[in-house]
Amino acid sequence: MKLSALLPSGRRRREEELDEELAAHLRMAEAERVARGESPADAAANASREFGNMGLIKQITREMWGSLWLDRLSQDLRFGLRMLRRSPGFSILAIFCLTLGIGANTAVYSWIEGILVRPYALVADQDRMVVLVGKTRGEPGHDGLSWPDFLDLRRSNKFFEAFVADKITGTTLAVGDRAERVAGQIVSANYFEEIGVRPFLGRGFESAEETGRNAHPVVVIGYKMWRDRFRGDLGILGKTQLMNGVRHTIIGVAPEGFNGTFVGYAMQFWVPASMQETFDLGGYKLEDRGARWVESFGKLKPGVTRAQAQAEISAAARRLEAEYPETDRGREVELSPLWRSPFNGASRMYPTLRIAAVVAFFVLLIASANVSNLLLVRAFARRQEMTIRLAVGSGRGRLVRQLVTEGLILSALAAAGGLLVAHFGRNLLVRVIPSRGVTLNLPASIDWRVLAISAAACLATTLLSGLVPAIPASKIDLASSIKSETGGVVGGSERSRVRSGLVLLQVSLSFVLLVAAGLLVKSLQAMRSASPGFSTADVLLAGIDLNSAGYDAPRKETFQNELLDRVQSLGGVRSAAYARVAPFSYANYNSSPIVIEGYAAAPDEQPAPQYDEVSPAFFATLGIPILSGRAFTRADDESAPPVAVVNEAMAARYWSRSSPLGGILHLKGRAVRVVGIAKMANYASLLEIPKPFFYVPLRQFPAGVVVLHIRTNLRRATIASALAREIHGLDPGLAPWRLSTMREQIDIKSEAQIVALTLVGIFGGLALVLSAVGLYGVMSYAVSQSHRELGLRMALGAAASDLLRLVMRYGVLLTAAGVFLGMVAAIGSTRLLGNLLYQVSPRDPLVFGSAFLVMAIASFAACLLPAWRAARTDPARALRDR
Amino acid sequence: MTKKDLPVTRIEILQGTLDLIILQTLRWGPRHGYGIAQMIRAGSRDVLQVDTGSLYPALHRLERQGAVAADWEVSENNQRVRVYRLTAAGRKQLAAERSKWDQLAVAIAGLMVPPAESEP
Repeated sequence: MKLSALLPSGRRRREEELDEELAAHLRMAEAERVARGESPADAAANASREFGNMGLIKQITREMWGSLWLDRLSQDLRFGLRMLRRSPGFSILAIFCLTLGIGANTAVYSWIEGILVRPYALVADQDRMVVLVGKTRGEPGHDGLSWPDFLDLRRSNKFFEAFVADKITGTTLAVGDRAERVAGQIVSANYFEEIGVRPFLGRGFESAEETGRNAHPVVVIGYKMWRDRFRGDLGILGKTQLMNGVRHTIIGVAPEGFNGTFVGYAMQFWVPASMQETFDLGGYKLEDRGARWVESFGKLKPGVTRAQAQAEISAAARRLEAEYPETDRGREVELSPLWRSPFNGASRMYPTLRIAAVVAFFVLLIASANVSNLLLVRAFARRQEMTIRLAVGSGRGRLVRQLVTEGLILSALAAAGGLLVAHFGRNLLVRVIPSRGVTLNLPASIDWRVLAISAAACLATTLLSGLVPAIPASKIDLASSIKSETGGVVGGSERSRVRSGLVLLQVSLSFVLLVAAGLLVKSLQAMRSASPGFSTADVLLAGIDLNSAGYDAPRKETFQNELLDRVQSLGGVRSAAYARVAPFSYANYNSSPIVIEGYAAAPDEQPAPQYDEVSPAFFATLGIPILSGRAFTRADDESAPPVAVVNEAMAARYWSRSSPLGGILHLKGRAVRVVGIAKMANYASLLEIPKPFFYVPLRQFPAGVVVLHIRTNLRRATIASALAREIHGLDPGLAPWRLSTMREQIDIKSEAQIVALTLVGIFGGLALVLSAVGLYGVMSYAVSQSHRELGLRMALGAAASDLLRLVMRYGVLLTAAGVFLGMVAAIGSTRLLGNLLYQVSPRDPLVFGSAFLVMAIASFAACLLPAWRAARTDPARALRDR
Repeated sequence: MTKKDLPVTRIEILQGTLDLIILQTLRWGPRHGYGIAQMIRAGSRDVLQVDTGSLYPALHRLERQGAVAADWEVSENNQRVRVYRLTAAGRKQLAAERSKWDQLAVAIAGLMVPPAESEP
């Protein structure tokens, strides 16, 4: 073969030559007929008829050239496109199914990419970032590092390029009648430099700015804050903003699109570590090795594995433990990948997204099975074309290639559609998650990796949907293809068995998804009706941030007391109380190492239960019973000896042999006497394990940011305006945070379940529809193929109802077998839902039963129309037709 | 599916023998596609008719295999035609196919004349 034939231009010439060669043939045939005496018109017509199908001959002749694969591909593509255009109904249905399948996968992967793998927009080298998690040996849970420990770790190591602190914090900025809560981060001075983000205006921090107690009130603000709050003022550098009562100089503006290093919220300001005391409550901690507040990450040097780095950091932690046993006994540092970071939303999203990935793959399988089925039907319709190709020596490989090419066209179009689906679904997660007044940031990210995944899904689909029908097509038997397909008993032929197998797969996968959705619904219901150990009805919450307003300690106290008195005397308010941290909120309870008199801690044990600072009416307002002893009273003020109320778990753990009442615990250098035992409650989530917890009076342990709990029958709007009025009466410059109900607060903590349910619900619905379409297709096809058999049966005296029953029986059998397989698969796989399930067995019979019912109804609907058509078979027509 | 299962169909025979017939025809000199078709028809006294849908794919396949070569020439009535001629490799292939054909013909002829004793 000449080289020129390989090139596109040579190829085109060759095509022209073929046209010319065949045209010459036709003219010579015509000329000879004319010479024999035929009229020119007859000659042309006869010669053309004798010649045969010009297009097909050219196509087959070209196939003999055996040119470059690229060439053949373009040929296959053109032919494939023609075939798809010829049956638009089929093409649209197939592309639609695949778009859903590929789109589901692309969307889920773009979330995984944007939330777990590379969660921080604009940040460089995220694959080398590891989270530093503080742990206490033998204890569940985690915390941060202390600042002195963080500095020591940073000093001596050879596997890390840098250590960067990025502790989340927040502040309140007043906007008219309502205060706006904005999130920010307390960072080490190297923050911007190490994450490779250059401020859009001004500069990042200098190393001196992270030292000195409150010595450097400087702030880098986010682009959004600069644009919205400061109206894009280009001369903003050097201006000041009051934050938590301290005037901060604005030294920089972060670039657009940078949201900090946190999964869940969009960060809007960054302050250096020296400002810790101003932004992280609980006192000055930069020199306190026992205060584990620092959330941080390390950047590994290129080529270093996490295991190597872990070994190094563990050795360093052991040195610290030996050097500072008082504070570091039992302390360990664990390196965690970004997607398992316990400090932000990643750890909550991870299990949900993992399930979503599995579920999306199911949808893709189901969609592929549908398209396989559709292609099979067409492969049958194109039997004649295939036979001709085989007869003139087209390889069977070529036939398969042609079918696979058609599959490729379908799935490539669908992949493009899938990217659109993913693009439009990118904000779905943020919409699903209950709002909590802070800008959420759970971005999907469509980058080249997502494109690669979508291409892989596309190829997988092509292989699945193109190859399955290609197998029977390539087995076309030249001899028997001349005879017509006889179409035996309903569902009897080999092709029908392939198709039935595909439907079986669809039904069983859909069943698994239905079960998963059902279990999640039941979990959510259980969570809604579960009692957290306090009353959730008629309680409204409003945060009041006196720190941001710059109040000093005595003024805070006066304001809080006044406001509480005013609120309590409002008509319709039954009781009101403060707590530093409201139950189920994202604020963290304080915890600090305590010493309990009379309790001998194990050598490496350090009791540090969490506690909350509350006002006297707290227990009454939330309806938490005091089992023995007493609740706090107004007498437990700053001049009285400190007291505490412990919960049942704490009483049982530390006072196993005596009553805790009257017992002493030492907290932050103060001797605190236990005066009461409160009933167990949930503190942060319904899923938590019961743990020791205690309460102290707010007046003895004051805080500037408190949440007002109001028990009332009044509507939220009424309370909101009354509250705003009272606050304005005390300080016109102050406003409460958005008012929320206790119910909303608890629902926020079921966000993982809500997200999972939404995704599984959407995908399960898709799967059900796709399977029903698949079942319908198979049933209709089976009925049309056994037209003759049905006619014969009718002619021999079968009633319409018999035929109806015959066809329905086939459908019911398919469904039953699919459901059985699905049930086996579901029993084995619903444990994957693990933590997302709340008080529901993964094998809950009610859920399985409901899934079965839904599947049965869907199948019944899918079979009814084909069965009805079978029952209306006209025997005379059916027998004549073939 | 093995060859043995395959009932011999008309198309199948043509595909096997068409190469031989084309090569044989070209032994008498270069010829264009239409000429080859006419010659086969005439040579077999109208018994064999070559379908254009088989002829051109076969010619192009033989060309790719190197058994024939093609050139453009101008025909007697001033028409550009593609003329095929036998190459050295084509001659060798022809000889091989011929001897195979001769064996097959003898074998089939033997089968077609039944032994006398089997007659009743």
